[in-house]
Amino acid sequence: MSHPGRIVAGVLSPHPPHLIYASNPEQNEPRSSQAGAWNGLLDGYEKLRAELASVDYDVLIVHTPHWKTHTGHHFLGVPHFEGKSVDPVFPNLFRYNFRLDVDVELSEAIHDEAEAAGLSTRMMRNPEFRVDYGTITSCHLVHPALNKPVVAISSARTAFDYSNAAGDQEMLALGQATRRAIAATGRRALCLASNSLSHRHFTEEPEDPEDPAFEHAYNANQTAWDRHILALMRAGESRRIFDEMPDYTEQCVAETKDGCLSWLLAAMDFPTMAAKLHGYGTVIGTGNAVVSWNLDAAREEVGV
Amino acid sequence: MNGEVIGGYLMPYQPLPVLAPEANPGWASLAKSAEAIRAEIEASGADLLLLFSTRWVSIIGHQMQADPNPEWWVVDEDFHEFGTLHYSLRMDPELATCYRDTARARGLHARTVAYHGFPLDIGTITTLRLINPDNRIPASVVSCNAYSDRAETLVLGKAAADAVRKTGRKAIAIGVTALSDRMFSRWIDPGEDRIHSQKDDEWNRKLLELLDDGRLEDVSQLAREFSRQANGDSRMKAIWWLAATMGQHNNYAGTVFDYQPVWGTGAAMVGLQPDERDAGDLEYDEDDAEFFHGDRNVLATQANE
Repeated sequence: MSHPGRIVAGVLSPHPPHLIYASNPEQNEPRSSQAGAWNGLLDGYEKLRAELASVDYDVLIVHTPHWKTHTGHHFLGVPHFEGKSVDPVFPNLFRYNFRLDVDVELSEAIHDEAEAAGLSTRMMRNPEFRVDYGTITSCHLVHPALNKPVVAISSARTAFDYSNAAGDQEMLALGQATRRAIAATGRRALCLASNSLSHRHFTEEPEDPEDPAFEHAYNANQTAWDRHILALMRAGESRRIFDEMPDYTEQCVAETKDGCLSWLLAAMDFPTMAAKLHGYGTVIGTGNAVVSWNLDAAREEVGV
Repeated sequence: MNGEVIGGYLMPYQPLPVLAPEANPGWASLAKSAEAIRAEIEASGADLLLLFSTRWVSIIGHQMQADPNPEWWVVDEDFHEFGTLHYSLRMDPELATCYRDTARARGLHARTVAYHGFPLDIGTITTLRLINPDNRIPASVVSCNAYSDRAETLVLGKAAADAVRKTGRKAIAIGVTALSDRMFSRWIDPGEDRIHSQKDDEWNRKLLELLDDGRLEDVSQLAREFSRQANGDSRMKAIWWLAATMGQHNNYAGTVFDYQPVWGTGAAMVGLQPDERDAGDLEYDEDDAEFFHGDRNVLATQANE
């Protein structure tokens, strides 16, 4: 193979636990009414999974907004986790029993590359650590069997402690380090950015959380910004997205502040191919898009 | 019934004084100072510890912990290598249910939570480990809504006082919060810990000077400015909540038990007991609020018109 170690595809895979709740998988304790408020996103994930069925990969690498670290970028460094994940924000919707294997060798390789690039880094070696629900949710929605190992990368708080631009610059370096580590270890990696887009929530919930009559965007500003970013994705303008990211994050209260999408775009070296939008919808007012960049398919098309 | 809030405290959220007191003299000092607070609370006759923790962030209104005996463990997101905190706590579900109802009566969206495996926040666990390690006094904790402003947080505090009165509790109110909340964004030698900047330190000391005078409402009025200048923890919502729960005045006897850096943040332990003395003429700039009227989503309103 001409590219033994590479990112085979990148995915924007938002993590609202509502989507797992709505699917009623056996791992999750609460049962939903399946009233359909989030069907657009569930359909989007289904289309994504269909696309990924023909993509070979060894590992999922997820950058998650719900492992929040102030002391730099942290990486899971324990080979296996299992337990119960209860969402502290939506415990009525997400109480999920999980088992997760970690590709520790790759995790350490990314850590080492990031450290060599001057980033503050840490391996997480405590076996009692509770894996965050962003990682679990994105991995479940993309690959429900969860039978491939995972690398989870925390969300460093640089953007929160300093500025959006400073945060994005760190994600640029982290993404590049991730790409180098993948190449060096020969992995075929599926990279997941686990963030929503616009991220202003309603602070109330209807009696049936899945009531379609309740669900809509928080306000028109959020939708307009999300549409703009999605248009850039579909036009292959990922570098411009990165350039505009600090403004988007600020003006749209976007979850891109946590760095996941910036990391993903940098890891993929700012692809110029058109991204595929599988679905867009709101969850308790926030904007969420399921988007893929099938890099292997693009390579095949040009015969690389 | 006629309960009352008989005193209040500020406690820091960082777990390092519990996880690794030996690693830094300041962290050890905080753990030691908590013993004095524990003794003071035990002598007070309190039958409830009522907490507001900035580390329990909620989106859907305000959540009250109603599991009578939450048991689990927590590993800090940053400080995982310092170990695990296992907990088995004694909560007051009757108070939580009443608090939910008094909050709703004031227009707030509120609900109780009681789920096996629910991850209690690091600030609550640390505080209760320090001042109530044997679960002698039942506790209650309410979340810190990510979007709530000053007015909403004041209403939440007043609802807490309503619940204390209705249930007849003798309550100690505790705001779990850092003062300045700038952590070092790199790994440091714990022995070299200090407040992140001189400016943060100076603002912290100014706040503590007022609190030492018992001027809680003055600090509440100052909270926005403090947050701007010193990156106050969660915009100092814990101060707003504590001031509202304790009656919005300055007539307290204040005690600063300790003030130390924890990974750059300002970690203070402060006690406030009701006192007859008058702090002098009061000049308050901030509005007050008795009832919450919902989010002010102006753009959405225009879009629907």
